[in-house]
Amino acid sequence: MSKKAYPYIPNAVPEIKTQLLEACGLSSVEEIYRDIPEHLRLPREMNLPQPLLSEYSLRRHVEEILDRNRSCKDYLNFLGAGTWQHYVPAVCDEINGRAEFLTAYTGKTYADHGKWQALFEYQSALCELVDMDITGMPTYDWGQAAATALRMAARITGRTEVVVTRTLSQERVLQLRNYLLPEIEIKFMEYEQDTGKLDLADLKKKVSTKTAAVYFENPSYIGVVETAGEEAARIAHSYGALLVVGVDPISLGVLAPPSHYGADIVCGDLQPLGIHMSFGGGLAGFIATHDEPKYVAEFPNLIYGITRNEEHEEYGFGQVYWERTAYATREKGKEFTGTSAGLWGITAGVYLNLMGPQGMQEVGKTIMQKSAYAKKRLSELKGVNLSFPSLTFKEFVLNFDQTGKSVAEINKQLLEHKIFGGKDLSLEFPELGQSALYCVTEIHTKEDIDKLVYSLGKILERG
Amino acid sequence: MLPRKFHQARWDEPIIFEMSSSGERGILVPEVEKDIENSAGDVLAEIPKHMLRPQPPRLPELSQWQVLKHYLHLSQETMGADMGIDISLGTSTMKYSPKVNEQLTRLPQIAELHPLQDEQTIQGMLEVYYGLEQILKEISGMDQFTFQPSSGAQSIYTNASIIRKYHEAKGELDRRTEIITTIFSHPTDGASPATAGFKIITLMPGENGYPDLEALKAVVSERTSGLMITNPEDTGIYNPHIDEFVRVVHEAGGLCAYDQANANGVLGIARAREAGFDLCHFNLHKTFSSPHGSFGPGAGAVGVRKELAQFLPVPTVDFDGSKYFLNYDHAQSIGKVRGFFGVAPVVLRAYAWAMSLGAEGLRECAEISVLNNNYLQKKIMEIPGVTVRYADKRRLEQVRYSWEKLKEDTGVGTEDVARRIVDYGIQSYFTSHHPWVIPEPFTLEPCESYSKADMDEYVSILRQVAEEAYANPELVKNAPYQSTIHKCDTSFDDPHQWAPSWRAYLKKKGTGSEAERKGTAESKQSTESGEDRLVG
Ligand SMILES: Cc1ncc(COP(=O)(O)O)c(C=O)c1O
Repeated sequence: MSKKAYPYIPNAVPEIKTQLLEACGLSSVEEIYRDIPEHLRLPREMNLPQPLLSEYSLRRHVEEILDRNRSCKDYLNFLGAGTWQHYVPAVCDEINGRAEFLTAYTGKTYADHGKWQALFEYQSALCELVDMDITGMPTYDWGQAAATALRMAARITGRTEVVVTRTLSQERVLQLRNYLLPEIEIKFMEYEQDTGKLDLADLKKKVSTKTAAVYFENPSYIGVVETAGEEAARIAHSYGALLVVGVDPISLGVLAPPSHYGADIVCGDLQPLGIHMSFGGGLAGFIATHDEPKYVAEFPNLIYGITRNEEHEEYGFGQVYWERTAYATREKGKEFTGTSAGLWGITAGVYLNLMGPQGMQEVGKTIMQKSAYAKKRLSELKGVNLSFPSLTFKEFVLNFDQTGKSVAEINKQLLEHKIFGGKDLSLEFPELGQSALYCVTEIHTKEDIDKLVYSLGKILERG
Repeated sequence: MLPRKFHQARWDEPIIFEMSSSGERGILVPEVEKDIENSAGDVLAEIPKHMLRPQPPRLPELSQWQVLKHYLHLSQETMGADMGIDISLGTSTMKYSPKVNEQLTRLPQIAELHPLQDEQTIQGMLEVYYGLEQILKEISGMDQFTFQPSSGAQSIYTNASIIRKYHEAKGELDRRTEIITTIFSHPTDGASPATAGFKIITLMPGENGYPDLEALKAVVSERTSGLMITNPEDTGIYNPHIDEFVRVVHEAGGLCAYDQANANGVLGIARAREAGFDLCHFNLHKTFSSPHGSFGPGAGAVGVRKELAQFLPVPTVDFDGSKYFLNYDHAQSIGKVRGFFGVAPVVLRAYAWAMSLGAEGLRECAEISVLNNNYLQKKIMEIPGVTVRYADKRRLEQVRYSWEKLKEDTGVGTEDVARRIVDYGIQSYFTSHHPWVIPEPFTLEPCESYSKADMDEYVSILRQVAEEAYANPELVKNAPYQSTIHKCDTSFDDPHQWAPSWRAYLKKKGTGSEAERKGTAESKQSTESGEDRLVG
């Protein structure tokens, strides 16, 4: 019988353990634990499943479990609503799989120089995309970015109310509510029932000199491209409030970035930029602002800056305005910060640098073309209507009221056709009836869309 | 043992914007079929002029291999944990992240999973969540978990939100405004509850390295909302009276949250439950081996007692005997702290890692990590210039040391040493969180992944550098020499100088004279070198 060894624990080898103990003048590891009193100890072995000691058996076990999933490789997917299926270039995975980036953490520019440069280049590329000068390390996700952007606005203006569009996902609302709770009151502004766009008249009613910020998303959660950004900005600014806009970065090759229509703080999610969906694990938020101290001072997250060492003709990197962070000043810092989403930042940087200006423009246009085609074909189906006639980007709302079927029923039946239908909105937006949010991106082929149209047609025909 | 003759990669790599060459493409976009093109029409013409981007974003233009090579150069200029001996980043538990787990997260069965898919198509993923939850329940003694938080700090925020909601439900939030923590607990144990609206009371260490019970009693009152505390703290010392701390806070009507971000030394030894805690959290990117990913994504596992389960963020994952499902039934849920269900790949890695070890293996991790640490401490203490505060206290998994004596003797401080050790192929170490209660600090954590040879090599490097400091302090003060770059000023507090993007850098380059810079209020803060700007 060979002796037990753990491949991940070199010093579990009994002889080595003995050597270490002897060097420490200890007779057993138990002596190290002597300060933990008996009554705080677990008096038994943990009751856990039998370990899968060989790598092979572990792999078999996990693969068998994961094989119970049906992924968007197996099924045709039209779900978006916060995580979106876009093409992930091979180089993105190659780079984020590099051991050095994958396992680096908080090391400084002297040992982890390349990591700092990659993240600085991410910040730089993101800034070009949103056409602003300042961004920092990614936040956890769009929801966190939006929540923090609103708290930043509250601190900047010294006010405690925000006016937020009602066309937010329930997820986002729950996240904002919890994060803004201690000091900020949320007021919701309505959307126009016929167009799905911001109701500016209602905005005017809700906004006041107590308003710290006005927030909407573009395209909105229900897919509509807001075209009245400039007016919203004017209204917000006329009350001394900031305009905060959440944006889908993959739209920015074709759509004007919010900074062009007056946004003071821009946020959004990096997941569309070369990051796999991973059951929602691919989310990573960003916050961008103009280069003014009053904004920079309010970021909670780390911001990497560049310097030039002229003597050695080298770039170096370090932390920008460190004192504002909780790492420097604990509870006196701006909110809190910690491990965020560095690897996804690096990945988004790789994506943007692969795509370049032309690529971003083309992908935006491609998405709009495919989505427009799908909209057209789907709305030709009997009883299926577009909820809003407005300009959309990649997502759009389909209404099924006239089919006599619920979205839940339809989606169940679509599963039989190996299709994930759009997100059911009937709980989040009851006023939209039986409606679903469909997402079409550059990955969908004509054949994919035609298959959806065909399958939906069959299901609806069946009555 | 002689330190190895190391040189870090030095590619003299330009910023990618400097490499741009007009017209090149790194990747092409999926084709649009003619039929679609015809049917869709001129989509850009439908965008109102003011909503159409006037010029494409000014991103670099490069072909694919050129982009790849650039990033490969950058990756080579990165130490990461896989390259050096990363005992350096104490408190962060830089353990081996098994490659098999990484490969599993990259399978399409998880990578291509949409979070809103029908439950019947995500049974495998939910089983992983459920499976890990059962394991963590046993490790902690808590009754229910959520994996929604994306980090330790967000986990602590989640716990603070639950504490807030708990007092609110009891109608006591108005007066229960204070959270108590300790200075050797992580900074987020103060910052996260402060963000949730609490006033923070921070206890300073007593003679033993942890606060005296009396100090706690002096600040506990009917205003106490809760205790948020690490144990062992950053010092590696276990507070044996932790259950008394919990009792005192409970008696005052507060809840107690155990920051177990780093639980490596106590797996299978001591649990949150026996110490009386109501809530706890683990960092899955530390104790449970998920790689740190150049600062995330990580994941936090928040565990609570059953009385608090109703407050958890929604949804949790449940099992009805035949299938797994998402459970939104938490009467007083705090809502959500992150989109969807947290960072699933990290949850999968943690599950696989725990399953590869089992009860015995997890305990082995704990035992070896504390044994390694005690061995390392023994060896480090033999190095001239090193001291340790609270020397008579036994350390568990990590130690915060001090170069105070080295500094007195030679003028070489901890930041100088941190830069110099890079020349020998190891990560610049973590000094300490702020404020530096221990002068000239450095914090080392040799978890179970390091061999005796690794530790001996690490010690030989620190010894070498200490000896250099005594023989030739300037050598250490001006380090590094064998790394990608030389010593430079990395503190950016002056708005005229700070440049978090290439475009900002170009705008500011050459502008703003020295005198002008010094004139700004902000620049006053940038008197130091920026080298203490360490996170962890
Ligand atoms: C004890 C402790 N608590 C909390 C944290 C914060 O974790 P994160 O960086 O994931 O936010 C850390 C991380 O270093 C830690 O060591």
